[in-house]
Amino acid sequence: MNRDKLIFERGASGRRCVAFPAAVDSGTAIPETMRRDVPPNLPEVSELELVRHYTALSQMNFSIDTHFYPLGSCTMKYNPRVHEKAARIPQIAGLHPLSENAQPALQILWEMEQVLKAVSGMDGFTFQPTAGAQGEFVGISLIAAYHRAQGNAKKVVLIPDSAHGTNPATAAICGYAVQAIKSTERGTVDVEDLKAHLTEEVAGLMLTNPNTFGVFEDEIEDIAALVHDAGGLLYYDGANLNAFLGQCRPGDMGFDVVHINLHKTFTTPHGGGGPGSGPVGVKQALLPFLPLPVVLKEGNAFKLDFDRPESIGKVSSFYGNFGMVIRALVYAKMLGAEGMRRTSEMAVLNANYIAAKLDPHYDRPKNAQPMHEMVFSASRQKKANGITATDIAKRLIDYGVHPPTIYFPLPNVAPETMLIEPTETESLEQVDDFVEAMIQIAKEAEENPDLLKEAPHATPVRRLDEATAARKPILRFKTNNP
Amino acid sequence: MNYTPHTERDIQHMLNAIGVASTDELFAPVPESLRLNALNLPPGISEMEATAFVHSLTDRETSLSFLGGGAYDHFSPSVVDAIISRGEFFTAYTPYQPEVSQGTLRAIFEFQSMICELTNMEVANASMYDGASALAEAVLMAVRLNNHTRVLLPRSLHPFYRRVVATYVRGIDLELVDIPWSDSGTLDIAILKRELTDNTAAVVVQNPNFLGVLESLDEIGDLVNNTRTAFIACVNPISLSAIRPPGDFGADIVIGDGQPLGLPLSYGGPYVGFFASRDAHVRKMPGRICGETTDVDGKRGFVLTLQTREQHIRRERATSNICTNQTLCATAATVYLSSIGPQGFREVGELNWHQSHRALQALTALDGVRQKFSGPIFNEFVLEIDRKASDVLTALQHRGIEAGIDLGRFYPTLENCILTCVTEKRTDADIDRLIDAWRAL
Repeated sequence: MNRDKLIFERGASGRRCVAFPAAVDSGTAIPETMRRDVPPNLPEVSELELVRHYTALSQMNFSIDTHFYPLGSCTMKYNPRVHEKAARIPQIAGLHPLSENAQPALQILWEMEQVLKAVSGMDGFTFQPTAGAQGEFVGISLIAAYHRAQGNAKKVVLIPDSAHGTNPATAAICGYAVQAIKSTERGTVDVEDLKAHLTEEVAGLMLTNPNTFGVFEDEIEDIAALVHDAGGLLYYDGANLNAFLGQCRPGDMGFDVVHINLHKTFTTPHGGGGPGSGPVGVKQALLPFLPLPVVLKEGNAFKLDFDRPESIGKVSSFYGNFGMVIRALVYAKMLGAEGMRRTSEMAVLNANYIAAKLDPHYDRPKNAQPMHEMVFSASRQKKANGITATDIAKRLIDYGVHPPTIYFPLPNVAPETMLIEPTETESLEQVDDFVEAMIQIAKEAEENPDLLKEAPHATPVRRLDEATAARKPILRFKTNNP
Repeated sequence: MNYTPHTERDIQHMLNAIGVASTDELFAPVPESLRLNALNLPPGISEMEATAFVHSLTDRETSLSFLGGGAYDHFSPSVVDAIISRGEFFTAYTPYQPEVSQGTLRAIFEFQSMICELTNMEVANASMYDGASALAEAVLMAVRLNNHTRVLLPRSLHPFYRRVVATYVRGIDLELVDIPWSDSGTLDIAILKRELTDNTAAVVVQNPNFLGVLESLDEIGDLVNNTRTAFIACVNPISLSAIRPPGDFGADIVIGDGQPLGLPLSYGGPYVGFFASRDAHVRKMPGRICGETTDVDGKRGFVLTLQTREQHIRRERATSNICTNQTLCATAATVYLSSIGPQGFREVGELNWHQSHRALQALTALDGVRQKFSGPIFNEFVLEIDRKASDVLTALQHRGIEAGIDLGRFYPTLENCILTCVTEKRTDADIDRLIDAWRAL
């Protein structure tokens, strides 16, 4: 089979896969001005052709199931199969969001809320955000609603320079000006710089902890006090919660609003880029502003409460990605309190082991002890042999490893960065294989740099021309037949 | 039960390599005052117990459902779930490294192409979270296109979608103007005309609308097309099997929820938003976009492109903060459309049209049941009865039937009205069962 074809380029006119029973005429015709006479150009393939095509496509992917995937900040841990089975139970998968028979679904939402409250130290959650970025949007909208209710006109959100791009984008969408806070040599928030930015215009500070260098913000209590004293609120981006699950809680650190990525810490599958789930939790004072509806327990029954006059409104069509919540609940129940602690312990152990092993071979821009992930740099290799983080990433593919996150943190914060997050589900043997590959690549960088610059060598396609893709965009398949 | 593979020996070996005595030492950066002794959660359980828990919740009869209103019970061929259950698709992440993500990228490219085909638009993105957030992003994009300050929203727009739009535009100065429906259930064109001022950023039309009624897109297109106002259409993609797409009528942005394309109801999500527009507007679009290019050997390949619009490059000046979207759901919709093809798509459209019209005829033949709006419908319609809708719906629920949505929940003036949906999955026997139960009330 030619593996290069798109589904549109397979099959033949008139060929079929799925057919439906014939309709019985109702006697009512579609009004002529509305009736579609030109059918869309959809593929015409047999079921076998279809299965072969998408099986072939799937085999062009690296995935957790097939390869080690240390993509920093994304927490690519094993996705248990029992979760998939639970989400597909017909009474769950077939449940309509406006059904009046939704007690099981409401109980699942309520129980997961209790888990997240215990894990985060917050007082209430919404599951409406369908991804981390939408969680951020809800979180900052809640902070804005809180300040409005206090009669305060705040204009600024503070964000560390090392933060994920969704943080500033979110603050801007919510109508705030963004000011960046510097990082110290250790990779943590520069408290002096923070102080210099704290005015009464500041609505809040968005923080990831451990931060994007994988370093725990050990001055977090002082930071929280400073922000609160200035009348601001503290937002926790939960991207890195896996680092201290069960060890400590953002609520105890002084955070007022948090979002948690169920697709990271609670291992709901990443799906090639979603669906995710980004539930948002708040402290008592912000509860009235949560999106509607919220789930209430009354006796042994559960209900959706829409009667919330101070709510910021809604952000998703119904109640968020419920199918992800049931997966996360099964995970949380199976782990229990001890399993969660073990999860973060092994995640941090794997990361520190990699850091210790790679320290002699690569530069680490921030020297503080990392937690569940660490940032290495290709700066040494670049200076000596012109090798970039991209070259190392692409060469890792030849070794059967999905590359780490590269150029994040951004080049203005640290050069040629590679953010490595092994997660707790990887074995010592796998981690050793990775370390060995990285050491080997460091050697190749000196001895045969072209090997890296031309990598990857054995993939379905090699390095792609991204500049032309952007300059002359081809964004859809067009048939030659009109 | 947890999923860590470490033996005691492994742990000791790794601690030695790091040079610490215990894993506890690795948490030294966490101040003592913040350390927890234990989480207030029960102990872990086995897979067998977890499975039993889920079954204990779900062990109940399902009802015969005629619910629609933004989420639809359509048939999904077996191949759809089989393909998206492949670990290579569902355990991968965003295709940041295109050389090892061609599978996901090609599926996205096919999805974009199929959305363009369905809507008759020029360009589509890789997906949005769902229909409601796609609409909100469309409204924000319209404002980026023309910097105008008011948006016309139909009263017959899905009430949840309206709430989402209102939440999303809170950060900018935008007036949301309510356009009521006429007696036939379609947008009141006279009021639309009056409200369509020079500073209108967008006219939003939902087709079919929340009342199930099909709008005259040609008339609306004629009104909007020669202005700087954006014409935004929110459509049910299954209806595009039978009904002309908004691209035929000069729509600037077409969005909707792809759930009807083979995705389970799943109590409201995960679904998938789709977002299509004109080539001229592509650099103002939100979300990820996949494009075709070549590799160093000249071979065809696919990449995420036009990324300078996005948050990871542009940060606070991005077109949207969206990052992770709903790729696996988009893949499911792509497989669905590939499996049914143009003929199956037409058949689904015809089945929805005729089964719903036959159900409508049978229901309105019952005493005291009338069709509320005279406008044409696709697969949903509003019934008006002589008492509160909730009374009848509750009585039918006791007979194992969810006959529709109580519109009084959303519109106080429609408390005697029921929104009933009949998809291709509702057979003649299902319709007979509904009629018999209703008659027996």
